Amino acid sequence: MLPLLGSRGDLVLLRDSVEWEGRSLLKALIREVALKGERVQVLGCEVSEEAFREGLDADTNRRLVYHDVFGDPQGWAGRGGPLGALRACVSGAEPGPCTLAVDSLSWLLLHAPCSALCQVLRALGRGSAHAGQIRVLGLLHEDVHGPGPLGALASLAHVEVTVGGGLGCTTARVLQPKPRHRPVEQTHWLSILPNFSLQFHGEPPLEAQLHRRPPSPTMVAMGDLTFNVHLSKKEREARDTLALPFHFSSEKQQSLLHPALASSTSQIFYEPDAEDYLDQEDPDNDLDI
Amino acid sequence: MFPELNNLLNVSPEKPEQGTFTLLCDAKTDGSFLVHHFLSFYLKANCKVCFVALLQSFSHYNIVGQKLGVNLIAARDRGQLVFLEGLKSTVEVLFGSEEQPNTLKFIRESGSDLTSWYELVQKALAPSGDGDAASWKCPVILVDDLSVLLSLGVQAVAILDFIQFCRVTVCCRLKGNVVALVHDSDRTEDEERTMLTNALGHQSSLILRAEGLATGFCKDVHGQLKILWRGLQQPKVEQTRSLTYQYKIQDKTVTFFAKGLSPAVL
Repeated sequence: MLPLLGSRGDLVLLRDSVEWEGRSLLKALIREVALKGERVQVLGCEVSEEAFREGLDADTNRRLVYHDVFGDPQGWAGRGGPLGALRACVSGAEPGPCTLAVDSLSWLLLHAPCSALCQVLRALGRGSAHAGQIRVLGLLHEDVHGPGPLGALASLAHVEVTVGGGLGCTTARVLQPKPRHRPVEQTHWLSILPNFSLQFHGEPPLEAQLHRRPPSPTMVAMGDLTFNVHLSKKEREARDTLALPFHFSSEKQQSLLHPALASSTSQIFYEPDAEDYLDQEDPDNDLDI
Repeated sequence: MFPELNNLLNVSPEKPEQGTFTLLCDAKTDGSFLVHHFLSFYLKANCKVCFVALLQSFSHYNIVGQKLGVNLIAARDRGQLVFLEGLKSTVEVLFGSEEQPNTLKFIRESGSDLTSWYELVQKALAPSGDGDAASWKCPVILVDDLSVLLSLGVQAVAILDFIQFCRVTVCCRLKGNVVALVHDSDRTEDEERTMLTNALGHQSSLILRAEGLATGFCKDVHGQLKILWRGLQQPKVEQTRSLTYQYKIQDKTVTFFAKGLSPAVL
């Protein structure tokens, strides 16, 4: 089973952002479910049915039941509000295993209280016809909500998939919270093809790797050095035998006590220019102090 | 209309795209040049335009429009342009008498129901059936700008519903386009405004975001424009789904160039 899909009875949160939209991944997951022969109920709040079905193959479209809330956002058609439409998706489905795709939970959160939405999500699939057999795939725009609603939905989720990307490749960071254990986190590199099939990459593409890998801190620190920190054995020996200028040795002491003749006999000659005026009484006059 | 921007977006007035929602967004700069571009673009493309102007007066848009080669008065007279002057209506609804009919009456009420306004827009764009109307290519709603509604006390969810209604009617049923400008701000400044901008971003198929330079005002570079294609509308090559250019606004046009390649520094 695809790790992004979780298992039956799970709530899978697909978290996306304006830069990296998650609807394509949602459609790709719906296609995977449909290929297994399951029927998929879709609650469409943000795009039209025509736009949602676009790009999906005929077989997937046949197994997909679209509940259109997009065309009637204020519930004038009498669906009993947004949460009523959510319940109606499941109650109208055939008995047995079922997948419900919600596009999107963000829209529902903006139109209904967070606590009420959480209650409905928990209650889904507890009915006799679908007990424990409903998988919910919920699209959630994480940059639209504050930390409160995001945290509440995350606590309900069995799998959280965060959509991101690098150069030319989509990433899906899968987080599976385990009771009394550390959550399992895994990052998948994938491409979503125009027919919404998923192509997984074992390793991120080279370009993305280069883009993604942060520069090594030691490499950065050594970049501007004016000296070599990696010395060979010979270089190390040469360095050890070198007398440092501030090191006081007996040779240095002798040279200071008995300075060489050449240095003691040196003289300074000064030839003034022809136009220079030398004031004998105030020789520093030209300094203008 | 700025031909360089058309080239960047790969569109032309001869063949405008249909069924799209374009979000114009500005942060730390004035993005109204984008509104003027799309107004003149769709008028030249022979589309029927409903312009909801909340920020400036008709004469302001007309003067700028003339510089860009379109005459708003003539367009209004021949029925191509429906101009809803929200600026004047706002003053009337706030300081006029209560009995007076007004398109922005919802501001006085709870501020959460834009249904009457939507109906007005829908009526303005509904095909009338006469010969003239049939000659327009597609209907377009242009809003300048949605942030004003927030400032007038309208809830962000009501604005989102209004845009969704517009998308249902114009983009899906009539195969037209919706274009709206919104001011962005830092998260710390106004959470509701950030939420509105991001939620509108999720509804859109194209986002044009004008930003001021991080280094401050510059005489030769007025800002940078980020272009983001979203969803199915994005180009097939993923590397080009997002582009960033710097721009300079001139008297009658705007020039775009790659980052750091302003003619002034080359």
